[in-house]
Amino acid sequence: MLTIKQIIDQLASGETTAVALATQYLDRIAAHQHLNAFITVDREKSLAQAAAADAARAAGDTRPLLGVPFAHKDIFCAEGWKTSCGSKMLDNFIAPYSSNVVERCDAAGLVTLGRTNMDEFAMGSSNENSFYGAVKNPWDLTAVPGGSSGGSAAAVAARLVPMATGTDTGGSIRQPAAFCGITGIKPTYGTVSRFGMIAYASSLDQGGAMAQTAEDCAILLNVMAGFDERDSTSLQQASEDYTRDLNQSLAGLKIGLPREYFADGLADDVRAAIDAAVAEFKKLGAIIVDVSLPNTKMAIPAYYVIAPAEASTNLSRFDGVRYGHRAADYNGLNDMYEKTRAEGFGDEVKRRILTGAYVLSHGYYDAYYLQAQKIRRMIANDFQAAFKECDVLFSPVSPSTAWNLGEKTADPVAMYLEDIYTLGVNLAGLPAMSVPVGFGSNGRPVGMQIIGNYAGESRMLGMAHQYQQVTDWHTKAPQL
Amino acid sequence: MSLSMDDVRRIARLARIAVTENEVIESHKQLNQLFSLIEEMRSIDTTGVEPMPHPQDMLLRLRDDVATATNRREAFQAIAPAVENGLYLVPKVIE
Repeated sequence: MLTIKQIIDQLASGETTAVALATQYLDRIAAHQHLNAFITVDREKSLAQAAAADAARAAGDTRPLLGVPFAHKDIFCAEGWKTSCGSKMLDNFIAPYSSNVVERCDAAGLVTLGRTNMDEFAMGSSNENSFYGAVKNPWDLTAVPGGSSGGSAAAVAARLVPMATGTDTGGSIRQPAAFCGITGIKPTYGTVSRFGMIAYASSLDQGGAMAQTAEDCAILLNVMAGFDERDSTSLQQASEDYTRDLNQSLAGLKIGLPREYFADGLADDVRAAIDAAVAEFKKLGAIIVDVSLPNTKMAIPAYYVIAPAEASTNLSRFDGVRYGHRAADYNGLNDMYEKTRAEGFGDEVKRRILTGAYVLSHGYYDAYYLQAQKIRRMIANDFQAAFKECDVLFSPVSPSTAWNLGEKTADPVAMYLEDIYTLGVNLAGLPAMSVPVGFGSNGRPVGMQIIGNYAGESRMLGMAHQYQQVTDWHTKAPQL
Repeated sequence: MSLSMDDVRRIARLARIAVTENEVIESHKQLNQLFSLIEEMRSIDTTGVEPMPHPQDMLLRLRDDVATATNRREAFQAIAPAVENGLYLVPKVIE
């Protein structure tokens, strides 16, 4: 199947049309429904959008991405589309407005093929927490695709769409990208507007891009990123061209390997794939340095205090009054709230709300929430100390390849521990991406994480692109 | 520290989530597993460390205090569970 770069060229030359492309991909989506990668597909709406793109191009419109198909994670509000966030709570929610990301993609002329499946309210590391059922990993239907952007990752990996949006609060772009063998980038916090992106943990959530290649991620990020006055955390910075460093040499670039990320607990096959990738980067002229992130182990407890605390606050809006699910039988207002929320939320969401309510409750704030925010500072400082010695950091995305469906559902804490290499990045607000670097002994993909300093996306994408010019892991597709 | 069953019932009430006794038992087990993980964090010496509530320590930007949004009440209420005369309907709480 085609990359975005190839699709752009074919549309520009008239070799294909937006309608032809949309039809081809929609047929493929329909033929692979068993992956459960999509929550909503509206063939008529997508084909109408594609026809409008073809008409605009025929009338002289030269927007480069006009007519290119893609998909949105079901967390981005899109006017007129069901926007469920993977939850029963929003199963009946037709968004009355569009998120900034959707507006930007529409303005670029992209054609939406559907809304991808996800862990409910973006809470999860396996995509087994969706009200619409688990997504299956296209490389192995008995494996999880990773979460929470697992639907987007599976859709791109299975070539149901050439690219998709995702969001990342604790690794939810990078981990499913790694598990599904695609490329995914979470930019610096504040780069992509959170306006209209259903909030989980506001100081950690960040939208980003998922595609086959780093070049395609750069192209999509160019569309998604930019200042938005409606998001008070949006960075006020000039527009960037994230493709600008794609062809830059890597000679002399310093790559830090944080020793704590290669310690006990890392599977041998993951380590071997990353070692091989690091060797390729050395051949490309990069210099490897040893660095330390001493507070790495504290990222998990700090995250699992801060994220649930923010989630318990953000999800208080789902009370059955103005929109969403409302319980049928209740006795008074409080009973309506309690039954609505008990029926509307799944187990993982309830667990995190309860955790958040507890750590913020009277008498525990200093011991948990304040302490976690101090540790967050220490973790961010560790990264800044490391960036004095190197330009980027390389690490595993996850200690192992994708696990089996159902393997960790009974033990949520065991699943949380799998996020050890991704959480620190979100706590610090840094950009990071996952690049496919091989396969584990079970045939499931391995991803390598590239972590950059603030606003370092362009350089990271350039490094990944150079690696993808000399390797072919990103071209491998599952047999379906 | 560990949570008691009563703690679980209390925080469920604070969070406005109805829980059955079976759910209290299951939540009690899982929350205590999580809190034993979180406890590790409390042993870290953070004396003199400034808390970091926000990546990059940015201040929230404020906008001018002027109305900019257009009135879309009908569109927003079209998706509500129950409305009447432009108002959201909720159960009666005062007789």
